[in-house]
Amino acid sequence: MNILQKIGLALFTIALLIFLLANGLDSYRLSPENLSVKNEFHKKEILGAAQQLGMMEKTYGSSFAFNGDLKKAMHTAQQVLDEKAKQGLPEGVSEWDYRLGDWAMKDYALQTTKLSATGPVADNPLLFLLLTFGLGILGGLLYIVPKFGELPGIKNNGIYHNPMTRGLKVGLRGAFLGATILGVLVFGMFYLGGGWLWSLLTVIVGSFIAWRVLIKEKSKEEKPARSASPGITGWLGVLTGVLLIGFYVALYWAPQHITAWMHIVDPVSKMLSGNEASQWFLYGLLYTIVVMVMGIRMIAKYRHNKYQIIRTFSVMFFQTAIAFLLPEILVRLNQPYYDFKNIWPLNYSFFFDYNLDNLINSGGLGIFMLVWGIVLIVIGVPVITYFFGKRWYCSWVCGCGGLAETLGDPYRQLSDKSLRAWQYERWIIHAVLAFAVVMTLMVLYTYFTGSHNVLFISSDTVRAWYGFLISSAFAGVVGTGFYPLMGNRVWCRFGCPLAAYLGLVQKFKSRFRITVNGGQCISCGNCSTYCEMGIDVRAYAQRGQDIVRSSCVGCGVCSAVCPRGVLRLENNASDVQERANDLRVIHVKNGELEIENS
Amino acid sequence: MHIVIIGNGIAGITAARHIRKLSDHKITVISGETDHFFSRTALMYIYMGHMRFEDTKPYEDWFWEKNRIELVRGFVEKVEPQSKLLHFEDGKTLAFDRLLIATGSKSNKFGWPGQDLEGVQGLYSYQDLEGMERYSPGLKRAVIVGGGLIGIEMAEMFHSRHIPVTFLVREKSFWDLVLPLEESQMINRHILENGIDLRLETELKEILPDANGKARAVVTNKGETIECGFVGLTAGVSPNVDFLKDSGIEMGRGVLVNDFLETNIPGVFAAGDCVQLQNPKHGRRPIEAVWYTGRMMGETAAHNIVRGGQSLIPYDPGTWFNSAKFFDIEYQVYGTVLANPPENHAVLYWEHSDGRRSIRLVYDRHTGGILGLNLMGVRYRQEVCVKWLESGTPIEEVLQNLGMANFDPEFYKEYENDVVALYNRQSGRNLTLKKRRGLAGALDFLRA
Ligand SMILES: Cc1cc2nc3c(=O)[nH]c(=O)nc-3n(C[C@H](O)[C@H](O)[C@H](O)COP(=O)(O)OP(=O)(O)OC[C@H]3O[C@@H](n4cnc5c(N)ncnc54)[C@H](O)[C@@H]3O)c2cc1C
Ligand code: SF4
Ligand code: SF4
Repeated sequence: MNILQKIGLALFTIALLIFLLANGLDSYRLSPENLSVKNEFHKKEILGAAQQLGMMEKTYGSSFAFNGDLKKAMHTAQQVLDEKAKQGLPEGVSEWDYRLGDWAMKDYALQTTKLSATGPVADNPLLFLLLTFGLGILGGLLYIVPKFGELPGIKNNGIYHNPMTRGLKVGLRGAFLGATILGVLVFGMFYLGGGWLWSLLTVIVGSFIAWRVLIKEKSKEEKPARSASPGITGWLGVLTGVLLIGFYVALYWAPQHITAWMHIVDPVSKMLSGNEASQWFLYGLLYTIVVMVMGIRMIAKYRHNKYQIIRTFSVMFFQTAIAFLLPEILVRLNQPYYDFKNIWPLNYSFFFDYNLDNLINSGGLGIFMLVWGIVLIVIGVPVITYFFGKRWYCSWVCGCGGLAETLGDPYRQLSDKSLRAWQYERWIIHAVLAFAVVMTLMVLYTYFTGSHNVLFISSDTVRAWYGFLISSAFAGVVGTGFYPLMGNRVWCRFGCPLAAYLGLVQKFKSRFRITVNGGQCISCGNCSTYCEMGIDVRAYAQRGQDIVRSSCVGCGVCSAVCPRGVLRLENNASDVQERANDLRVIHVKNGELEIENS
Repeated sequence: MHIVIIGNGIAGITAARHIRKLSDHKITVISGETDHFFSRTALMYIYMGHMRFEDTKPYEDWFWEKNRIELVRGFVEKVEPQSKLLHFEDGKTLAFDRLLIATGSKSNKFGWPGQDLEGVQGLYSYQDLEGMERYSPGLKRAVIVGGGLIGIEMAEMFHSRHIPVTFLVREKSFWDLVLPLEESQMINRHILENGIDLRLETELKEILPDANGKARAVVTNKGETIECGFVGLTAGVSPNVDFLKDSGIEMGRGVLVNDFLETNIPGVFAAGDCVQLQNPKHGRRPIEAVWYTGRMMGETAAHNIVRGGQSLIPYDPGTWFNSAKFFDIEYQVYGTVLANPPENHAVLYWEHSDGRRSIRLVYDRHTGGILGLNLMGVRYRQEVCVKWLESGTPIEEVLQNLGMANFDPEFYKEYENDVVALYNRQSGRNLTLKKRRGLAGALDFLRA
């Protein structure tokens, strides 16, 4: 590490610390103007309750204290409104509008907290924008750019010596994962308003899969041996994982405590769409910046490899232009917010009533978006995947893939290559695909019939649980939070329903495969180690079998790290059905075997 | 029948796996080195932190039990083929019905004074790797003796940990007994560009000890003393067969075997690095210490061990090929490419202006048939090259289709046009490249 890189790292660390601390710097004070509630009934009751609690006279030092009281006030208001509703609604007002629901309270809390903040961050967002995003980008680039000066070539030196990237023991990893899942399931009960049914159902499905894999497919005796580094010598990675997990938990379920970050990015949001920054804008901006900066790192690392360079530019472009900027601009032009490259079922809310209504009611462009989305699902995915494999999406276009290939690249070696992991993968990812399809069908049934119940089950609850369990907990908390613990494609490998769909096409009808170069493989294991999808590439390469695996996202890194030039990503039409049949290094030919039999 | 295999390297393990595929015999694999098969070729990557030891194991640990391959950890000290008995170092014995010797190689030591000091070692076994780990902390300089494939790997290993390396190479230029001059010089440049202190035409005279009997410095044949805390001896390997000396098994430098990998004693076979072939095929050497020959021998031996006396399968490794990587430059060779070619070998050598890529085609001056391809920094497809080589395809036909052999990743620049242009310039011909890189073309060719 040269001096420039050390300075870069220091600047980045400072920026990160300021960013983390920013949420504790402001104080919060409620006033009638700050109470961000448009509904007059709600506003009156909440204000009343807040005044009784003495909130107006108080300045709160933290968002936690502030929200504690605000929540009390809202609960009181809720009870009062419920009571009053029983005695009769005012003329011309629906019960729905009159009563104060849980969802509305979450929104009020977030907006009100944001408005009530005063202090260094809320008053100087630009300064903090510079101190956090600005300084962080500068530090990151100072750290990354000198890498362009090194000799080109694969430089994985020290990855397994580095506390940031060496991972942790399988047992500990399991404990982390178990604790996270448990946390999600317990929280899920409160999330859906006290019902344990959905957490229980999830446990049942999970247990079934574990039983299939461990008992039925006999994986219990086949203990995975490829454990990682001893103890928590990978402590920096663990810390990073914990930070990421914390970030996602706050983003999805406690955004009222990160309003300072939204203040910081307000100026950018106002510039782009004219609106105040929501937590989703914050997330989108952060995501895009991370993809850009870490994309530059990726290019520096693989600057001898044109496939990697072009692919990285591609994900940077799609994230920045198509996923982030274009929707903001559409909003500015009073068009629907739409990410043109996000495909159902990854884009699980595409067929939700509000989205369909929004698109249908937005004139020509909206209809185009609707048709575009459906055409991608039924024609785009299979046809393009037939020609190029699922990589066209997963490692060239997709946003999740984009983050995995940039921010996640330093962690790709941590994917689990054991057979057991593969067994789990097949069950879980297809279960998620099934869940997504069923959920969407139910939602559409409700949309067309107007009936919320499909065979006693409310499609609204199914869809809420899907959003909570799959989209937030799985894709976000585990999918990204576990980068430093389980590799950078946890979501793409185990969870993404679109990846499952693309994978089925890739496996059964695609020109794509990874060709093995005759008998050149020396079984070194670099390819398997650096396969982010946990494919044991070597198992195929060492017996001269071309690799056709539904999970392969065609990142090309196995080919890049192979020291013997054994692997090549290729497309070919003439042998689609027998792509992986040959075992070319089988040395004693079948003809010779027949001698013995005859 | 109990089949015992000494050595859990690629040769022994491939044999065990194929024996299991072919039969239900009891199989025992013995090794003194590690409990499980690992990839020796990846030792460097463990040291460099690219992989963990676990990652170098091609099969998960449960694989062996599941396939009923028994693993025994221990060193065999003596073999009694007559009484079909093995004696272990610790006094235990093991009886066998058929035996496969697959004990690999050991690092050469040429009787240098001080070669057995602390901090002096080769790089072959897992224990050697542990040795390097042990001596690395605080190491000020390492001296590596012997400019071959393992020597340069060792240099890269220390380099990855920012430990200065002095690299003593006896020859005029790196590995110039195998590499033609231009390629060899390319690697010289690359070694220097990585900051390695490369000393060509320099030999080790002696290693000096410090007060504790640890290596302190080396003295070269040029009279220079180089301070160092570690000396790597990488002047080649030779078959690891000393323990067989008085067994009655016939030996040359390695275990002598016939075309079917049988030794002079019925029921005793050998495979891998430790083998010396009595009748190597044309263009091949009697001892070939490379990975894939171990794999091929293991497979052949498995068939012959299971078959016993009848319709045995001769070992045939086909056309020579090999590959390596020198720091960042990949190397592949197919067929015959000699450092000192005889008169009838004509050469077409193209080198990229960046000095890190080259393509060399060797063909028969009289018949025009292609003899060999040597690639630096460019990947070629083995099957295409081998088909050309085995059918002695005329050089001009090869040139016009050269793109077909290219195996570089998508979007990489293709240099075959430049190669053809060079040929045209040198020969006054006017060929054009007809086939470019791509699987479709290659498959059409291979299936025709
Ligand atoms: C650092 C390094 C890099 C290499 N890189 C390449 C490369 O890139 N490409 C390539 O083609 N080749 C390479 N090679 C060579 C290749 O690894 C060998 O050709 C191959 O491993 C030989 O396999 P084998 O099964 O014959 O023997 P080995 O792998 O040596 O296995 C023999 C085993 O038998 C054990 N054994 C020996 N004697 C006894 C005994 N008496 N009792 C019990 N056990 C015993 C040994 O401990 C050892 O575990 C490399 C070698 C090294 C050391
Ligand atoms: S097999 Fe290779 S290309 Fe496919 S995901 Fe793994 S590393 Fe990437
Ligand atoms: S394909 Fe390449 S990277 Fe993978 S094991 Fe073989 S030689 Fe190593």
